[in-house]
Amino acid sequence: MADGMPDGDPGPVVLALRDVSKSFGAIAALRGAQLELRGGEAHALVGENGAGKSTLVKILAGVHGPDEGTVLLDGQPVTLDSPAAARAQGIAVIYQEPTLFPDLSVAENIFMGRQPLTSGRRIDRPELAARCTALFERLGVHMDPDRPARGLSIADQQMVEIAKALSFDARVLVMDEPTAALSGVEVERLFTVARALRSHGAAVLFISHRFDEVFDLCDRITVMRDGQWVSTDATGDLTVEQVVRRMVGRDVADLFPKQDVVAGDVVLEVRGLTRRGVFTDVSFDVRAGEIVALAGLVGAGRSEVVRAVFGVDIYDAGSVTLHGRPLKPGNPAAAMAAGLALVPEDRRQQGLVMELSVERNATLTRRWKLARMGWLSARTERATAAEWSKKLQVKAGRLSDPVSTLSGGNQQKVVLAKWLSTDPTLLIVDEPTRGIDVGTKAEVHRLLSQLAADGMAVVMVSSELPEVLGMADRVLVMHEGRLVDDIPRARADEDTVMLAATGQAR
Amino acid sequence: MSASTAHRPPTGATEADAPEARSRRGAALAQRLVVVRELGILAALVLLIGITLIANPRFLSGQNVRDLMLSAAVLVVLAAGQTMVIITRNVDLSVGSVLGLSAYAVGTLLVDHPGTPVVVAVLAGMVVGAVCGLVNGAIVAVAKVPSLVVTLGTLYAIRGLTSLWASSSDRLQINASDLPSSFKSFGGARVLGIPVLFLIAVAVVLVVGYHLRSYRSGRELYGIGSAPEAARLSGIPVGRRVLTAFVLNGALAGLAGVLYAARFQTLDTTAGTGLELNVVAAAVVGGVAIAGGTGSAWGAALGALLLTTIGTALPQLGINPFWRDAAVGALILAAIALDRTLTLRLAARLRGRNLRGS
Repeated sequence: MADGMPDGDPGPVVLALRDVSKSFGAIAALRGAQLELRGGEAHALVGENGAGKSTLVKILAGVHGPDEGTVLLDGQPVTLDSPAAARAQGIAVIYQEPTLFPDLSVAENIFMGRQPLTSGRRIDRPELAARCTALFERLGVHMDPDRPARGLSIADQQMVEIAKALSFDARVLVMDEPTAALSGVEVERLFTVARALRSHGAAVLFISHRFDEVFDLCDRITVMRDGQWVSTDATGDLTVEQVVRRMVGRDVADLFPKQDVVAGDVVLEVRGLTRRGVFTDVSFDVRAGEIVALAGLVGAGRSEVVRAVFGVDIYDAGSVTLHGRPLKPGNPAAAMAAGLALVPEDRRQQGLVMELSVERNATLTRRWKLARMGWLSARTERATAAEWSKKLQVKAGRLSDPVSTLSGGNQQKVVLAKWLSTDPTLLIVDEPTRGIDVGTKAEVHRLLSQLAADGMAVVMVSSELPEVLGMADRVLVMHEGRLVDDIPRARADEDTVMLAATGQAR
Repeated sequence: MSASTAHRPPTGATEADAPEARSRRGAALAQRLVVVRELGILAALVLLIGITLIANPRFLSGQNVRDLMLSAAVLVVLAAGQTMVIITRNVDLSVGSVLGLSAYAVGTLLVDHPGTPVVVAVLAGMVVGAVCGLVNGAIVAVAKVPSLVVTLGTLYAIRGLTSLWASSSDRLQINASDLPSSFKSFGGARVLGIPVLFLIAVAVVLVVGYHLRSYRSGRELYGIGSAPEAARLSGIPVGRRVLTAFVLNGALAGLAGVLYAARFQTLDTTAGTGLELNVVAAAVVGGVAIAGGTGSAWGAALGALLLTTIGTALPQLGINPFWRDAAVGALILAAIALDRTLTLRLAARLRGRNLRGS
């Protein structure tokens, strides 16, 4: 079974993936991925965003079925065709983003479908609360089992997810970036629990971008890149530099070609922006020619801030000034007229009309300018779309094809074209390269850099630290709804940004 | 309510006490919210009865109360069933038509076979309803069509089926004189002075409410409505649960059809027309969130009781009964406004706590 794999701890192989492939439409998320988990080991899975880690996790969790390849449990092929099936095989998963029932109590969230029963098959509520309290004690968490999950902070939600996974007594525990939202103490407690599970013979699969944690906890490290298996080695045989080189597969500097630009006048001024319960007292400036990154953990309020600036969401207090003129709140049309453009986070839901053609999508923002007396001629539409598609090198069969037939990267380019054609002076991009392949990613980065060099002010919300560090002239870091740090390029590195993002700076 | 959360072992260090106390208050708050929703309806009901009593002291006479109970029974049963469906973030608009079909089918059965025991008649009505529910549920759960559209379709289809059946069998109306006396006496029967039909409705509400509250399959319905994606990830058989909710709701609509037949004893193919909106209104007024995930069968039943009482109280108050619809509308809006305010306030408090706590 272990051919091609180095010997680590001599535990038996519990779970293995063999040559697993999975595509979503035109995008291949996994291409012949390999993984081997042994009982009693903590195994790290590392790779860039988009390397296919989360898809692999979802295959283990029974959410997606593989297109090709097999999943082996104790050497026997198994079909994990539903989350329930994966659970029944003893595989517990902690997802990157918590998925809780907001209306139900914390205890019910943890034990949904497995609540302790009385003899009459009724739910034994005292026992339910007791078990939940016991779990929380094991994790060192202070949370009322009876409170609803609604309103929990991301960190607390993640603790509930962890408690849920622990309650299974799983043979295989998969943790997809469980520590992203946790503080140092909570991470240490989680690791204590994970080590205890490991010593009882369970296999732990740990996915993280934090190398200190990976090297601290894990016995072996599997590296993935572009949906493919790269290497599996014992942690002792590896250095951080080796792992990074294998993850990226090229020099990081080439990926993020930010040109040096002397910043011009202040374009955007945000002062004391507050939306109750979402973000508080956010103030910052953006100058012409500058790329400013908004960094922070999922749920820190970054997208919400830019949505409020653009006027998609309302805010309770504060002001937004563009080129010295106050911008009307809650009015995207006014924002667009003033020279603001927002490329939203979720291009499928918010950025594109998937059924419409490439040209229609590319000209949606300009349909009034292009129209003559209310009539929109297909010819002007096509000409404009063709011009932008060429500029951004959109790879589409025909401009009249539906946008849904394009790959993720090309879809993103259409969204960019749509907004760039409005000739903005301030461009806000939210997660500009999420889920697109490495080559297109570089093109998007080059484009953003070029736009900034031409004097456009760019605000970039990104969860990818390398992208933030490579592209941004300044990094604004948010934590739990507040702007906690403003780090210039020279001082920005993984440590300074992550410390601020987890609320540990200052 | 807060007693259950107060017996925590006092092991936490002082630094841990603050967040714990905060979250305990959060739980108490949430508990109170649930209580407030149902108490609010109860208060409105008591207020309405009180005012009506002042205007007409004989409003709560024995016969009046019995009439009220009889009128409410059908709506209460339907509201309990609808609660199960709405909690899963679905809705069943076909219940009025299902009631009509079931009532007509049971009526036909009793006319053709006068010796049929009442229990068999009740079961037959429930089976007819369950089959309708199965059709609704199968289309919603398997074909993944929004329930609003599916049940809007079956609302018309089932009504059409009833009319077709009636015209082809040449029995457009079933009169009291056609029905066997055993069934008619079932409609008028009382236990301890309380109409049996109302007792059946109460039993239904208790069973449904208890099931939703205390059984795994009941809690899973809340989970599905609260966060469908989370429900899928936690291994809840979403399709099967939704299907079951529709089948049970159908069976209860069938039961309501039998109760309707027993109460009015005169049936035609229009029985229950337009009732579906009353049912949804009762559930919403009773605190069942239309977006799913919250609400209880008892709340919905109280809502049904309130709507029925308004209908009978307004004439007593000398108000034109045409105002009834306006009053119901105002109540729905008030219930939604209350719901929204309470939810927002709760969310803000819980979240505000987190922000301060970090």
